Amino acid sequence: MNKKGPLYALFISLFLLLPGCSSITVLNPKGPAAKTLSDTIILSILTMLGVLAVVYILYIIMLVKYRAKKSNEGYIPPHEEGNIWLETTWIAIPIIIVAFLSVVTVKTTNAVENVPEGYKDQKPMVIYASSSNWKWHFSYPEEGIETVNYVNFPVNRPVEFRLYSFGPISSFWIPQLGGQKYAMSDMTTYLNLVSETQGDFLGRNTNFSGKGYAQMEFTARSMSAEEYDQWIKDVKATAPKLTEDKFKSLLATAHVGQETFSSTHLSFSPPPGEHSEHMDMDHSNMEMDNGNMEHQENKDIHPSPAPEKQSEFDSQPNPELNSPLPSSPAAEATHQSH
Amino acid sequence: MNFDLEKFKVHGEPLIYGAMISIALVSIGIVVGLTVFKKWGWLWREWLTTVDHKRIGVMYILAALLMLFRGGIDALMMRLQTAAPEMKFLDAQHYNEVFTTHGLIMILFMAMPFIIGLMNVVVPLQIGARDVAFPRLNAVSFWLFFFGAMLLNISFVVGGSPDAGWSAYFPLASNQFSPTVGNNYYSLALQISGIGTLMTGVNFIVTILKMRAPGMKLMRMPMFTWSVLITNVIIVFAFPVLTVALALMMFDRLFGSQFFTMANGGMDMLWANLFWVWGHPEVYIVILPAFGIYSEIIATFSKKNLYGYTSMVASMLIISLLSFIVWAHHFYTMGQGVMVNGFFSISTMAIAVPTGVKIFNWLFTLRKGRISFTTPMLYSLAFIPIFTIGGVTGVMLAMASADYQYHNTMFLVAHFHYVLIPGAVFAVIAGFHYWFPKVFGFRLNERIGKHAFWWIIISFNVAFFPLFILGLMGMTRRMYTYSAETGFGPLNMISFAGALGLAIGFVILVYNIYWSTRYMPRDENGDPWDARTLEWATHSPIPEYNFAVVPKVKSRDAFWAMKHDKQPLFEEPITKIHMPSNTGKPFVLGVVFFFLGFFLVFSMWIPAIVAGVGVLIVLAAMSFERDHGFYIPADKVIKTEKKLGGGTV
Repeated sequence: MNKKGPLYALFISLFLLLPGCSSITVLNPKGPAAKTLSDTIILSILTMLGVLAVVYILYIIMLVKYRAKKSNEGYIPPHEEGNIWLETTWIAIPIIIVAFLSVVTVKTTNAVENVPEGYKDQKPMVIYASSSNWKWHFSYPEEGIETVNYVNFPVNRPVEFRLYSFGPISSFWIPQLGGQKYAMSDMTTYLNLVSETQGDFLGRNTNFSGKGYAQMEFTARSMSAEEYDQWIKDVKATAPKLTEDKFKSLLATAHVGQETFSSTHLSFSPPPGEHSEHMDMDHSNMEMDNGNMEHQENKDIHPSPAPEKQSEFDSQPNPELNSPLPSSPAAEATHQSH
Repeated sequence: MNFDLEKFKVHGEPLIYGAMISIALVSIGIVVGLTVFKKWGWLWREWLTTVDHKRIGVMYILAALLMLFRGGIDALMMRLQTAAPEMKFLDAQHYNEVFTTHGLIMILFMAMPFIIGLMNVVVPLQIGARDVAFPRLNAVSFWLFFFGAMLLNISFVVGGSPDAGWSAYFPLASNQFSPTVGNNYYSLALQISGIGTLMTGVNFIVTILKMRAPGMKLMRMPMFTWSVLITNVIIVFAFPVLTVALALMMFDRLFGSQFFTMANGGMDMLWANLFWVWGHPEVYIVILPAFGIYSEIIATFSKKNLYGYTSMVASMLIISLLSFIVWAHHFYTMGQGVMVNGFFSISTMAIAVPTGVKIFNWLFTLRKGRISFTTPMLYSLAFIPIFTIGGVTGVMLAMASADYQYHNTMFLVAHFHYVLIPGAVFAVIAGFHYWFPKVFGFRLNERIGKHAFWWIIISFNVAFFPLFILGLMGMTRRMYTYSAETGFGPLNMISFAGALGLAIGFVILVYNIYWSTRYMPRDENGDPWDARTLEWATHSPIPEYNFAVVPKVKSRDAFWAMKHDKQPLFEEPITKIHMPSNTGKPFVLGVVFFFLGFFLVFSMWIPAIVAGVGVLIVLAAMSFERDHGFYIPADKVIKTEKKLGGGTV
């Protein structure tokens, strides 16, 4: 009788899961990181269905067999303290399951934190993705261009997103390409993604950041290498430069549409320092002068979105105007060879 | 002083104006009602000044029920707003306030006080005590909780509610991004009620350790008392962290300090760490007593003792330890690397082991029993399969890599509702039905109770199961709207239907209280369920001194042993009984704290200083008061016992 609720729930789940996973974004991966995660999720669902089955079967047996009915009217249930063997069993088996899942977790976490298997020989393309209320800025240091609310990259090419924020904590997520990561104001975090299919994917902020949060989406387009090169050429030829004033006005505006520029904001507003020593990835091309030591100073240069009318920059000097980009100048050459 | 009326006003929403009017009407109604029926004196003497743990417990539960409806209406508004794409019911700001207060109220002002209320009613009875260790402190705890809750509630109509989510992550919750006073309310309302909770923690640890009846060793305590002891240890360790975090938040918001800001050395993730160092144990503060409640009910209605008592206690202890070392699983996506995420993944998944032990022990308590399906038992039985879904999805979320895909999505929302509603809400409802006849002397109607049960159980699954799938489809939490192309619409509509069903279930539940109060037969004996533990050994309703004679405990399930193994429980003759006297000071302290909080919210410094001095004066008055309570003479006790049916004489 009380099984109805969960059984009903299971029914809905099967009904919705079986017709195909295509509408279930997370289980419809288009890149190696998302594929790893999708496999992990399906593995954990199957394991957990096994656990559920055991509990449900026992539960049904107990309720059917030992319910009070006319025939057992005078029955006095026995006094039972417990049973060391039974209790050991239901301690030991869960420990084995947890140990198994722990191994899977550490392996897969390691896999998605790094450049995916099969792409390690390629130098990842760097794109800075920074959030401000309520938009995403994508800076391409190697190409010297910047886009707002859309990002293009070549298919089958590892991309290293470097994430930070000009405001509240946001979380950068393109579910079909991989898991999400926070973008915060006082450190830079890294996300390695590869797309193996050409096409448009929806990306969004998943960490609540105020009024415009629901609209904080962007398009991630994975294109062929030729298409991508052509796009870069077009941007450089036609898009305006991103001046500091223009950037300030962008930060001060709540929502903007898609925009394109032929220079980046990294020169006059560099990203915050690297995350603490926990980051065990190789960021050798990320130079020392962006390290933890300067983290605090960086935050001052690193503007917060202007309140309403006046920008905070108005009273501030720009200490590092036109300083070199924080990534290696050779990067552009690397791309051309690709 | 520059008095600016404008900042008190909340503009533009017909719903808010409606709420204002209804709050005003209800307040006027209460005042008029009390005056017409000349009940002011009664209210003051019997309730506002009481130090009786049973009455304080009842007030906690009443407040929690009220908050359940407040939080429930928030929930309905949220589900309605997201029922279809591009809904225009609420705007973004209003939606943000609604989900923030929904979370805050349901966790801190509904689940926890409901549990503390049951704790207050039941624990002293279960251990054979006359009251808690510090009855006046208990009253202080209640009034601080109550006025903290009221402070948060008026934010809706005065000045604006908090809008940065119940976790209030910085820098979003800073003045820069949340310029309304909403988050000032957050820091002060939680602070005030949190102090009350911390004192409850101290009070109950002392009560349980020092005031057990003779012969009740720790390993003879009823399981609910065990769960309450462990819970209060968690409270005492976790709440100071909240106190400090909220104080820092208040400094940031009111005095311009920069602990969590973006510039000048502020660390936004420090708030997240502090919040979850408290916040994760907090969920066990509401879950562990639920485990205790289920243990009592399942044993009672299977007519068996609890299976694996020792491993039940051990697993709760292990859960309480683990609850403190898993907090970073709330932000796996912060980029702390494989090592840290791996550690927190494993410690989180490890919680599944002791929890599994409990599930199997309950299942084996049922085995060879004679199970009767009363309303409290139905909730307890429904808990097992539903909570297991919540538990296994918890293991799925605990896997750091997979969490990169679930984090902040509806999958997470579904998981914690699948844990917290069967874990905490069904438990308090079950406990409410189970202990109701103890407190009031009559049972709730079983037929209406079962109607409510089926509405609640089925609607719960309809409301929350679709959210698992929505999460995997990529719908994130806290989105006030979405476009039709996302395909989120149909499942959200199903979920909204479920939410409506839940609301109907809760209305039936409350109707049951009304109906039963009017029509259910009175004069139950003290033990309507043929139960096992000490609280059933006294009369219903319970006399103010609980037990005329302090019971002597010789085994677990002492009352059962008395009834079925003929072990005598009450051996001493009746003597005079010492009782604490009532006091109005805790109530006054609550009121003064309320005003202190209110003035601080609006940075009205001079009135705030006056209120602060008021707090000190009341505290001093309480400290220097000489009141040794009073004695109820033996002949009066005997008279009362005779009147109640004299089970113990």
